[in-house]
Amino acid sequence: MVETHSLQDMRQQAAVAAKVFLQRDYSNGTVCQFQSKFPSELETRIDKQQFEETMQTLNNLYAEAEKLGSQSYIEGCLACLTAYTVFLCMETHYEKVLKKIAKYIQEQNDKIYAPRGLLLTDPIERGLRVIEVTIFEDRSLTR
Amino acid sequence: MHLGVSESMRECEYSQISTRNSTPMETPYKKRTPKRRKWESFPGRNKFYCNGRLMMAKQTGVFYLTLVLILVTCGLFFTFDCPFLALELTPVIPVIGGVLFMFVLGTLLRTSFSDPGVLPRATPDEAADLERQIDVANGSTGYRPPPRTKEVVINGQTVKLKYCFTCKIFRPPRASHCSLCDNCVERFDHHCPWVGNCVGRRNYRFFYMFILSLSFLTIFIFSFVITHIILRSHRSGFLKALKDSPASVLEVVVCFFSVWSIVGLSGFHTYLISSNQTTNEDIKGSWSSKRGKDNYNPYSHGNIFTNCCAALCGPLPPSLIDRRGFIQSGKPQLAPPPNGIPMYGATQSQQSHMCDQDQCIQSTKFVLQAAATPLLQPQSSDPVILTASTENGGPLPGRTSLNLGGPCTSLPLGQPTPPTSTPSLSCHEASDMLPIHGHSHAHNHGHTLQEPMAHHHFLTPEEVPSPPGMLPCGSPMGHSHTMQAGFYNPASQDSLHEDSVRGLVKLSSV
Repeated sequence: MVETHSLQDMRQQAAVAAKVFLQRDYSNGTVCQFQSKFPSELETRIDKQQFEETMQTLNNLYAEAEKLGSQSYIEGCLACLTAYTVFLCMETHYEKVLKKIAKYIQEQNDKIYAPRGLLLTDPIERGLRVIEVTIFEDRSLTR
Repeated sequence: MHLGVSESMRECEYSQISTRNSTPMETPYKKRTPKRRKWESFPGRNKFYCNGRLMMAKQTGVFYLTLVLILVTCGLFFTFDCPFLALELTPVIPVIGGVLFMFVLGTLLRTSFSDPGVLPRATPDEAADLERQIDVANGSTGYRPPPRTKEVVINGQTVKLKYCFTCKIFRPPRASHCSLCDNCVERFDHHCPWVGNCVGRRNYRFFYMFILSLSFLTIFIFSFVITHIILRSHRSGFLKALKDSPASVLEVVVCFFSVWSIVGLSGFHTYLISSNQTTNEDIKGSWSSKRGKDNYNPYSHGNIFTNCCAALCGPLPPSLIDRRGFIQSGKPQLAPPPNGIPMYGATQSQQSHMCDQDQCIQSTKFVLQAAATPLLQPQSSDPVILTASTENGGPLPGRTSLNLGGPCTSLPLGQPTPPTSTPSLSCHEASDMLPIHGHSHAHNHGHTLQEPMAHHHFLTPEEVPSPPGMLPCGSPMGHSHTMQAGFYNPASQDSLHEDSVRGLVKLSSV
């Protein structure tokens, strides 16, 4: 709570200057991947490599969620046999990975993006369509 | 920035910090209107039951027919045929029948009640960004050519992604907009009236298992009812057998007519699954070799086994529409409009086609208030972003822009729409024009359509002083942020008016 309050103070000084939307990359089909091209608006805020690393990790995590492997098959068959009641007590693999992603994004925001006046929005809140990067006005934040 | 600071202090006092997981910082006694769940303001034409847990299409009559047919036929079978068969042949028959029946019912309900893979609509910011990109691509002449498509190469095949004007997104490959449910659905197969829902990515496997098990059940009942009648007629003659067991006749008739369509459908879907196509694609012949020699299905995994496994046992993606999530109360709620429905903030699911005039007026008042405050203002609502950077960072930006139009916002902010689009403006779009122009014609809801047109030239995209290539968030977003301050007190209307006048001056000087 204390932590959030101090972040609040920091944020209270900032206004949203712009938003950048990173769209989905469908070149590999319908699997969830985001375009990792470095947007020009972020050039002044963060270095390219850092950003691309974040994007690459996210893409890898999403690929893991949708991976067709023995684990997903076993889970699918087990679920079918139990008439999907197993999901009342267990989370699907996809959901587990989504939680991992949420944690990762939060971590990245806290460590890397917030200090630079940026904020990554978890794509699940945007229906897995975009990664929204909010750019805050950099006034009282020291760089 | 006294105003901003005091606003923010007030914001801290009044509003709940909307995080999904952490406890909100709030003053407990400031209870606002009861929290509403997102399904209550879902923009599509769906019906929700059990407080958002179950979701169906609007027309469910045929679904009830399906249910009745299955229940009645099976009921008759278990009541009239099974006792005889259990005695004469084996008690395993009713057991197997029972298992099949439960399976059919389970898969039917699962198909009917689950989210087929609905894509939530774009937030106003996203839509604005897309519009801007399209305008840039088209040269910003002001004339927007109607069909918008994007081409993408998937596994060597060129696929066209179409822009959905309702949902304001470029549809992912294989997605389609269901006109009955008014939603874009991922991997859209078809809208099935028999199950009362769309069949898409998330419920296709249940649908397939439903029709497969129903075929088995139909064949099972049909064959055992025939057996029953034959056995009886051995004893007492054919006609007497029919008289003794009239229900069997009904069952035979129902099963006979169902078996052709259901078994046929199962066969068809087995083919679709093995070739990894959707009904939609098959009907259109998208991947048919008749279209061209090089035309092949880029989504197929190559062999039948993998395709089947992927379709039936692959990972089940979660629902993208957060039906049971609460509409974030930290989002600017409009002071309860006359009908008592609170306003919702952000997510795209709250964009409603239902434009209540009062709500529109209310929302435009907030627009003015937002427009009135200086562009770069400390944001009172920012605390909401911070508490959980993932959770709130999401809702917040979207939230802000949405509030500008209230429930009517479905158009992007930050970009005045070209004049050609204004004649077709509905109330949604009218209120969208307001943040840019900041004129106080909000009170005459009906007049807003003409005025934005006139004022469009006042601020064209080129005139808006925003850094090129960036969504001009400075103004609208700044405005909208302040909107989130709890200025819902009717007593502040006068200050609003004053502020709006100031806002006009500010914007005109831009």
